Amino acid sequence: MIEISINGQTVEIESEMTVEQMLDTVDVPPNYLAVEINAEVVPREDYTRHIVRNGDHVEVVTLVGGG
Amino acid sequence: MNSSQSPTDLPAADENATDASQRDDGHLHVGGHTLSSRMIVGTGRYDTMEQMRDSLDASGSDCVTVAVRRERLYDRNGQNILDFLDLDRYTLLPNTAGCYNATDAVRAARLGREILKTLGNPGADWVKLEVLGDSRTLLPDPVQTVIACEQLAADGFQVLCYTSDCPVTAKRLKDAGAASVMPAGSPIGSGQGLLNPNNLRIILEYLKEDDPQYPVIVDAGVGTASDVSEAFELGADGVLLNTAIAHARDPVRMAVAMRHATIAGRHAFLAGRIPKRLYGTASSPSEGIISTRPYGT
Repeated sequence: MIEISINGQTVEIESEMTVEQMLDTVDVPPNYLAVEINAEVVPREDYTRHIVRNGDHVEVVTLVGGG
Repeated sequence: MNSSQSPTDLPAADENATDASQRDDGHLHVGGHTLSSRMIVGTGRYDTMEQMRDSLDASGSDCVTVAVRRERLYDRNGQNILDFLDLDRYTLLPNTAGCYNATDAVRAARLGREILKTLGNPGADWVKLEVLGDSRTLLPDPVQTVIACEQLAADGFQVLCYTSDCPVTAKRLKDAGAASVMPAGSPIGSGQGLLNPNNLRIILEYLKEDDPQYPVIVDAGVGTASDVSEAFELGADGVLLNTAIAHARDPVRMAVAMRHATIAGRHAFLAGRIPKRLYGTASSPSEGIISTRPYGT
């Protein structure tokens, strides 16, 4: 098991996985999302090869209403 | 609501005119973007997504702001705003609202860009930069805003900078590479209108002095339609507002009012107001009057 932080919450996951595999576990249209790991945006084209590792701080964001 | 009538059905440009106000083609040009409406509207604070969609439609705007927030990852029934925005119609303008330092604002801008790139929306190359300095007034932090503006401009963003009505800060932001400086009329969501029109006049004069086409957009503080007209009459190129529509008793009707106020204010500015005079000047001829005057005057 490894421990990561997703959107400020500590989460335990089986093992290291790609960003794509991580997003497969959530129920949100992936084109509505952007992912940041340790304060750096992960470009969409890197989802299949960027590995989420123990201790990573992951942010998954979308767009909401705002002024 | 029918919004087929252009909100900026202004007279055609006179290409030979030397006065900047006479070279108007009716569109708002910011960075590489051309907007047919001079009003940018926010998408926050509506009771429902449907009410937001209908209000945006009635406003006649073709550019709307959105915010970047953490996804509630397991909300199966959650509505997403993107299901209620026609991305072929609206250019999205992502903001950095809620950020209190340059580092976080730059992160939010880059995340917004990533989503818009994926969506294929033209708004992917710009951002409304907002770095707050105080949570009660929501007034901006000028130092952090300048730092973030420099960083984002260097990173290829067209930066539209929310700022106070301070003319010196406005100049600093333009120097920092802002594609548009967006002074507040009054605090965000306060509905107080334009508290210091003289400062806005100075900002317009300073930023357009050697650069008459430089876009200045009044952002925040609008309470009702006359505030919008006033901003345009002062010479603002655009107005950005949200709460004045979203929290009106009838948001769709207020959106219509704002659309007309935009047209009226911009026309009035281009037409040129008459000077204010202490005494009256008669509109009817003074000859052939059948009446005598009192006091022999």
